[in-house]
Amino acid sequence: MIQPAKPDLVTVNVDGKEIAVPKGTNVIEAARLVGVDVPHYCYHPKLSIVGNCRMCLIEMGMPAVDPATKQPVMDPATGKQKINWIPRPQIGCGTNASPGLHIRTNSPLVKDCREGVMEFLLINHPLDCPICDQAGECKLQEQATGYGRGYSRFIEQKNVKPKRTQLGPRVTLDDERCILCSRCIRFSKEIAKDDVLGFIDRGSYSTLTCFPGKQLENNYSLNTVDICPVGALTSTDFRFKMRVWFLKQTNSLDTETSVGANTVVWSREGAIYRITPRRNDEVNDTWMPDSGRIAFKQVAAPDRLKTSDALDVLIARAADLLKAGSVAVVGSGRSSVEEQFLTRKLAAAVKATVALVSRTGQGDNLLISADRNPNVRGALVTGLVATLPEAKLTALAAAIDAGQVKTVISVGEDLVAAGLTAAQLAKVSVIYLGTHANATSAAAKVVLPTLTVFEKSGSFVNQQFRIQKFSKAVPGLVGATDDLVVLSRLVAAAGGAAQPADLPGLWTLIAAEIPALAHAAHAKLPETGLLLDAAPWASLPFVEGETLHFKPAATAAVASSQ
Amino acid sequence: MAVIPLERKPLTFAERTYLPQIAFGLKTTLRHLVTPKETLEYPEQRPEIPAGYRGVPTLVKDPNGREKCVSCQLCEFVCPPKAIRITPGEIAPDDPTAHVEKAPQEFEIDMLRCIYCGLCQEVCPEEAIWLQNQYTMSGYTRAEMVNNKERLYELGGTLPDDHFKWDKKKSAEEQGNAH
Ligand code: SF4
Ligand code: SF4
Ligand code: SF4
Ligand code: FES
Repeated sequence: MIQPAKPDLVTVNVDGKEIAVPKGTNVIEAARLVGVDVPHYCYHPKLSIVGNCRMCLIEMGMPAVDPATKQPVMDPATGKQKINWIPRPQIGCGTNASPGLHIRTNSPLVKDCREGVMEFLLINHPLDCPICDQAGECKLQEQATGYGRGYSRFIEQKNVKPKRTQLGPRVTLDDERCILCSRCIRFSKEIAKDDVLGFIDRGSYSTLTCFPGKQLENNYSLNTVDICPVGALTSTDFRFKMRVWFLKQTNSLDTETSVGANTVVWSREGAIYRITPRRNDEVNDTWMPDSGRIAFKQVAAPDRLKTSDALDVLIARAADLLKAGSVAVVGSGRSSVEEQFLTRKLAAAVKATVALVSRTGQGDNLLISADRNPNVRGALVTGLVATLPEAKLTALAAAIDAGQVKTVISVGEDLVAAGLTAAQLAKVSVIYLGTHANATSAAAKVVLPTLTVFEKSGSFVNQQFRIQKFSKAVPGLVGATDDLVVLSRLVAAAGGAAQPADLPGLWTLIAAEIPALAHAAHAKLPETGLLLDAAPWASLPFVEGETLHFKPAATAAVASSQ
Repeated sequence: MAVIPLERKPLTFAERTYLPQIAFGLKTTLRHLVTPKETLEYPEQRPEIPAGYRGVPTLVKDPNGREKCVSCQLCEFVCPPKAIRITPGEIAPDDPTAHVEKAPQEFEIDMLRCIYCGLCQEVCPEEAIWLQNQYTMSGYTRAEMVNNKERLYELGGTLPDDHFKWDKKKSAEEQGNAH
């Protein structure tokens, strides 16, 4: 798509191709826009620029102007304005686009520079590739192949530095592999605001280390592993588990809070090995919290619910309970939009009101928000509930005590944790849909095992009212059924109209019934999500504080009224 | 259609007696009676295996008894019929070879799948997997035809080493260019 030139655009020339880029774009990003790769190590789009690796050297020039007359100097050979090339190379990461800037990335000088820089970087680099976890996604490997000289002239002994240092509970450091790009240091300082890393010693003896008495233990420490261009920083959890080239990548979301950080789930043959962040400049940039990276362990947890009974048998049992009437439904802020839509249908079919359970905690102003339910706003948008959830199910408890409720359907919520006593639970029959065993599943009359977020597809609405989708990374556990199938079967068992249990069918229905979601069909949703209109819920007192790319509207209102 | 008539030459007298042809055939037979035997009394007798033969893939140890494979999984990746299956693992920190850091926990080659192509040997950066001289594999079940790590080392034995790469690394760590 060609954008019309805006006033803040400047035209630069990269390898003879003209491109208009916003002012302030550096040469690496400008070249990326014309499809030219400028190799780099220390530059990271979300960190400050230090220019210390020198891999991004390019040749630059400016159109010639006569100093006396200020008239453009024309080149008689081409009939165009002459370009004054700077005789020495410049770093691309630290050079910003200015009008008429000319860049050469493919000249012999640039080639020599890259070969020289690669040679210096490899001088003390160990030959660890066979045992290095970064192999396969290592920038040093890639650029040695793409821009290196292809053979070594170094016959001296390599430096020896500490190997296998535990920098913190989750990060292992191999100093010999470090190329001193300082990305990890800048991340800790600028993003995580936990300044614990630094270089000691000089020259080829420079060594990355933690400040004395400190550890790299903040909840964002594993992002340093992601941005480390080489295998110096590796994840202790993923260490030696699997080579990355075997892993299949599936786009997913971090479900621990309402931030909805975009993630990639890496799996092989139905087993998940790691979760890494996926870039979304509107939500999480290129980061994610460490706590969300171990979420996949729930898939193979020993307390997973599964059943050997046929789904038909279980649904028939649930139908018997539902026939008695007086049903209450406890929905969930952890269900996907599609599941919440079906929960609403189920509640309508059994003529019950729906309660949601809130889950809050301390936000960290970065990518952990106070609301630990990923999809409370989905429940609002789908019309499952009209108000914010309560921490305790006091209304339901009172209704049970008053004998108004005979059956409770819980969609993945532990009713005991939500404030019901064992005595109250004993008074009612519980139908529990869930993934893991808990007090409610133990007390339930019918347990319908369902799938974790990694085994199904769907969408969540995050704190910005951005609807984002996640996809199935691994096949579902044997003995558990997709939540959508279970819910639609329950609706049918309760005597409601038959509901589709597949995403395309369901979205035709959702688009027809909920105008706000008419354009948000799962199949057409962009990978970076779609903002919904938050205006109808602007007056609700959402619990979230400020986080990355999010300012709470309610707090702003409170602040301005003070 | 053109027709080309062929003229058959009449047989000579000698040809009509068939005797020269019989004598010629007998000559070959008689020669084989006296030349050395080509066949082997297999399996008691086994053929000489030429150098570079591609037999059953095996794992080998270096002359110091260190298992050479570091479970880099390149052979698993390159193997065309996906015969190799590796579970990577970490070497315990108190092991004498702890500086190598990585070794396979389990290593399986399914000999019902292997096509003896030798790509695993070619790709191995540690010279740890070799197609050696063994050419027969038999078993009663499918499971028997899968060589596990123990069996692979049993089959592979020890091969000479030109580099001792990891021993050099260790001595560099001990008295190398440290600061
Ligand atoms: S550990 Fe990695 S990110 Fe940190 S300075 Fe070294 S190479 Fe760069
Ligand atoms: S010889 Fe070929 S087929 Fe057999 S294990 Fe090696 S790579 Fe696979
Ligand atoms: S390629 Fe060699 S070192 Fe790597 S896993 Fe295979 S046998 Fe082991
Ligand atoms: S990327 Fe420009 S100097 Fe490192």
